[in-house]
Amino acid sequence: MYTFSNKLRNLAFALMVVGFAGLVYGFLAAPKTVEEAKAMVATAHHGDEHGATADEHASTTAHASEEHAEEAHASETHAEETHGEEHDASHDEHLLHQLQNKPWAALYVAAFFFFMIALGVLAFYAIQRAAQAGWSPVLYRVMEGITGYLLPGGIIVIVILALSGLHFNHLFIWMDPEVVAHDKLIAGKVAFLNVPFFLARAVFFLAGWTLYRFISRKYSLAQDEASDISNHVKNFRWSAGFLVFYIVTESIMSWDWIMSIDPHWFSTLFGWYVFASMMVTGVTVIALITIYLKSKGFLDFVNDSHIHDLGKFMFGFSIFWTYLWFSQFMLIWYSNIPEEVTYFITRIEDYNITFFGMVVMNFLFPLLILMNSDYKRTNYFIIMAGIVIVLGHYLDIFNMIMPSAVGDQWFIGIPEIGGFLFFLGLFLFVVFTELTKAPLLAKGDPYMGESERFHY
Amino acid sequence: MSNQVIHALYDDDDTLLSAVKEVRAEKHHIEEIYTPFPVHGLDKAMGLEETRIAIMAFIYGCIGFSVAIIMINFIMITDWPQNIGGKPSFTFLENLPAFVPVIFEMTVFFAAHLMVITFYLRSRLWPFKEAENPNPLTTDDKFLMEISMDGNEEQLTALLKKTGAIEITIPENTEEK
Repeated sequence: MYTFSNKLRNLAFALMVVGFAGLVYGFLAAPKTVEEAKAMVATAHHGDEHGATADEHASTTAHASEEHAEEAHASETHAEETHGEEHDASHDEHLLHQLQNKPWAALYVAAFFFFMIALGVLAFYAIQRAAQAGWSPVLYRVMEGITGYLLPGGIIVIVILALSGLHFNHLFIWMDPEVVAHDKLIAGKVAFLNVPFFLARAVFFLAGWTLYRFISRKYSLAQDEASDISNHVKNFRWSAGFLVFYIVTESIMSWDWIMSIDPHWFSTLFGWYVFASMMVTGVTVIALITIYLKSKGFLDFVNDSHIHDLGKFMFGFSIFWTYLWFSQFMLIWYSNIPEEVTYFITRIEDYNITFFGMVVMNFLFPLLILMNSDYKRTNYFIIMAGIVIVLGHYLDIFNMIMPSAVGDQWFIGIPEIGGFLFFLGLFLFVVFTELTKAPLLAKGDPYMGESERFHY
Repeated sequence: MSNQVIHALYDDDDTLLSAVKEVRAEKHHIEEIYTPFPVHGLDKAMGLEETRIAIMAFIYGCIGFSVAIIMINFIMITDWPQNIGGKPSFTFLENLPAFVPVIFEMTVFFAAHLMVITFYLRSRLWPFKEAENPNPLTTDDKFLMEISMDGNEEQLTALLKKTGAIEITIPENTEEK
């Protein structure tokens, strides 16, 4: 049995406290009025540059700076039309909303990111169960520990979504009836994008995932003491069924929770793209926690070959993620349709460093580090590559949400880092608490012998 | 050193694996093993060197990557710039997204093909090459171990019998072929 060391528990609490303070600071520092917002931007850009900055804003507001985006502009001027008669005033209002969104977006990005890890691990776990994998049963309890964060993390995300629905923030502009009234495109999507249905879907998805997690965990624990493999067989069936449910709901979840922040834009492979991101982060976190537990003297039945296999998955899913990232980018870049291409124009113009930086972190770095077979068996390389991959995929989620939420007012400052640390602390606390609840070896699993002898 | 070898035939890969370990423990030199399919762990049991083909694969990939960049730059930028889908090909970098699939495919193509060719040459396989395996049964369901013999025929035969060989033969001297 694993016992949660006091040192780690204190670290988790310290992260939560520091992160919480950062988030509170973010909310307190957000401007309350248009004047405050203007003053903040003016000081940030040293006064004289203000004119230029304002022009930049105008283009960001329309989500496009190209001349040929005129049509898109016409349909996307919702913010201006809603919030004022005069363009300048509406622009300032928009700036205020962006700055007010900032702490919310920081909170949401981090909340979703850590929730996504638990969901990715749940899917990976279900794949192992459904495939009746022989190598991975020694890692089942680690995976079950990580998926323990699914319910608390999911509830936090849904609470943030519900607060958006109650107009505490402007993360989802389609939730504002004023905006919808002046926007033909969003008006056409109201049957799907309306607050009650949106929240009902979210609750339904989370309920489904949590139900599978609960059932699978129950059978997994029951199998420990069982004399036959009936629990294992039931687990196999539930896992196969869950995977069907998961791939549909995960896709819709990604449209709902991320893509609808930009309600005019759509990408047909977005669900896959988010899936790749959550898989690679999930596998990486399994590897990191496994190596941590091993270094503390637990999991002595996990050998280099298991780490090697996790390393292969990290490598493979990193390339899979890049493939989808590039596919999404290249098709939109090539066709150059105004309402689609604005998505990448804002990212390349205003988010250049995070947008391309994450490709270096999520693709080039793991590609070169994890290519060598021996490095994948070396804990040091897995930890190093793993930390870069986790941070890189945080940036990925950041790039998905921030451009539409805060425009070019982004910064990785106190609220963003605070949000990351708070949820990191919460994640560590929940996951390691869950790990203490069951033996780390799922000893009743019929494939356990094969897994323990596993060697490459 | 005599050129004489002894052939031991096995009918099971697990028996073969344990036989290899025993023969090596007795300090006999295994010349070669012929199997109808790859036997997992045989290379380690025989004490063969780690393959270096992975390093070659990386180098071949790098060659393919460079060739692709030079090629596509010549075709699309230098020699005959074309306007495809409103993307005028003025500079390489501006059109890079369109070239990435080509560069990727060329990298894979070079790595894969050169690796196969390297593997064949390294295994001394080329067109019209005569088969080297001493017993056609090894293309069906039997495993053959070839051990160099140094006047210790009886001792070796006894050892091989003990390891579960189903047939032990001493072929005619290879020079006669």
